[in-house]
Amino acid sequence: MTEPIDGLQGWPPPVLDPAGPFAGPVNTLSWALFGIVIAVFVVVMIALGIALFGPRSWRRRIGGEKVLWGLGLAFPVVVLSALLVWGLGLTAQLSEDPDPSEMRVRVTGEMWWWRVAYLDAQGNEAFQDANEVHIPVGQPVVFELEAADVIHSFWVPRLGGKMDMIPGRRNILRLQADEPGSYGGQCAEYCGGPHALMGLIVVAHTPEDFAAWRAKQAAPSTGLVAASALPVAAGRQVFQASGCGACHAINGTDANGQAGPDLSHVGSRRTLGAGILPNNQGTLAGWISDSQAIKPGNRMPAYPVLTGQQLRDVSAYLESLE
Amino acid sequence: MIGCADKREQPRELTGADAANGLAVIERVGCAACHRIPGVAWPTGTVGGSLDGFGNQSMIAGRFPNQPQTLAVWVRDAPSMAPATGMPAMPITPAEARDVAAYLYTLDDD
Repeated sequence: MTEPIDGLQGWPPPVLDPAGPFAGPVNTLSWALFGIVIAVFVVVMIALGIALFGPRSWRRRIGGEKVLWGLGLAFPVVVLSALLVWGLGLTAQLSEDPDPSEMRVRVTGEMWWWRVAYLDAQGNEAFQDANEVHIPVGQPVVFELEAADVIHSFWVPRLGGKMDMIPGRRNILRLQADEPGSYGGQCAEYCGGPHALMGLIVVAHTPEDFAAWRAKQAAPSTGLVAASALPVAAGRQVFQASGCGACHAINGTDANGQAGPDLSHVGSRRTLGAGILPNNQGTLAGWISDSQAIKPGNRMPAYPVLTGQQLRDVSAYLESLE
Repeated sequence: MIGCADKREQPRELTGADAANGLAVIERVGCAACHRIPGVAWPTGTVGGSLDGFGNQSMIAGRFPNQPQTLAVWVRDAPSMAPATGMPAMPITPAEARDVAAYLYTLDDD
């Protein structure tokens, strides 16, 4: 696949540029509705013009009972009924029940990020990630959408329609990407303070690349093996001593907190802070030191207690977790 | 006395550096996660201090004379100059570092 040069490529997402079979019909329907709305608007404006400024004979004509029954009743009934039938037919496949063999991902909306869990064939969580969903191209992927706190809405415009995430419910949405690439997404239901800073990226791989990615992601990061080298080892120490593991999990270590995003492979993510910053050691250090200045109200406190050296070490450690 | 003469305006120019590209690099790697930088609307980080008026500042990080070649090294690999700094090495090329420095010298209070 083509690696994006910029971690934020694909975000913010373009809305009328479908890239898969679940977005195409929505796009077609939108344009058809725009077209019909414009046509009706033009007809109404012409009728209004005639009514105000037309010659008496024309005015009499558009005031007749025939016009009332024709344009006022029959025309909308025919057009709206036809549109309903066509629209339902066009979008019927969007709500088809998923096939049990299709890959499943559970995405949970949290204030203000996305918890992503990849499910195995039995429907159990295989491993977690955050703010980024990886999928294979050319096949539908089932998204089980949940919410942990308030209502969020999962929206990846180039791949499909919006679906609300409602506490206590599991909504199903299927998406498919036809080409490898990055597709931006955004929370589409106001969910409090930093709602506008709650983005995500869907990354579509060829099936072979996806299998390799999945195998790598399910295992502890290979970065942990190299963790004896400075400054990574020192950073791991800082991570433990500062209690980061109370909220964040890192596969292969003692850190097993579940309140915040899983950091097992944080170094390989394209963005930080839920789709809002490029991911490198600098932005990571800035986020750790004072994420409140970047994303005010987010649940991670600022850490103004780390020395410069500690900050660099811990960010080096996290960046090494690829 | 020469020492009391008016301080001469230091020429802060980097031959061939492109300040506009410097701003693009700053946005791409997210310098604003830590620094408030005029020209970048968001974010406005508070970790490393504001760079407003940086062109008039006489020192870099309170340690080094604010000279173009020094700054071009600092923005790319600060820890090599100050091992205790919180500013990590940044993923930019030496040419990009010169562009970034050129942009920072356009930030003038007056």
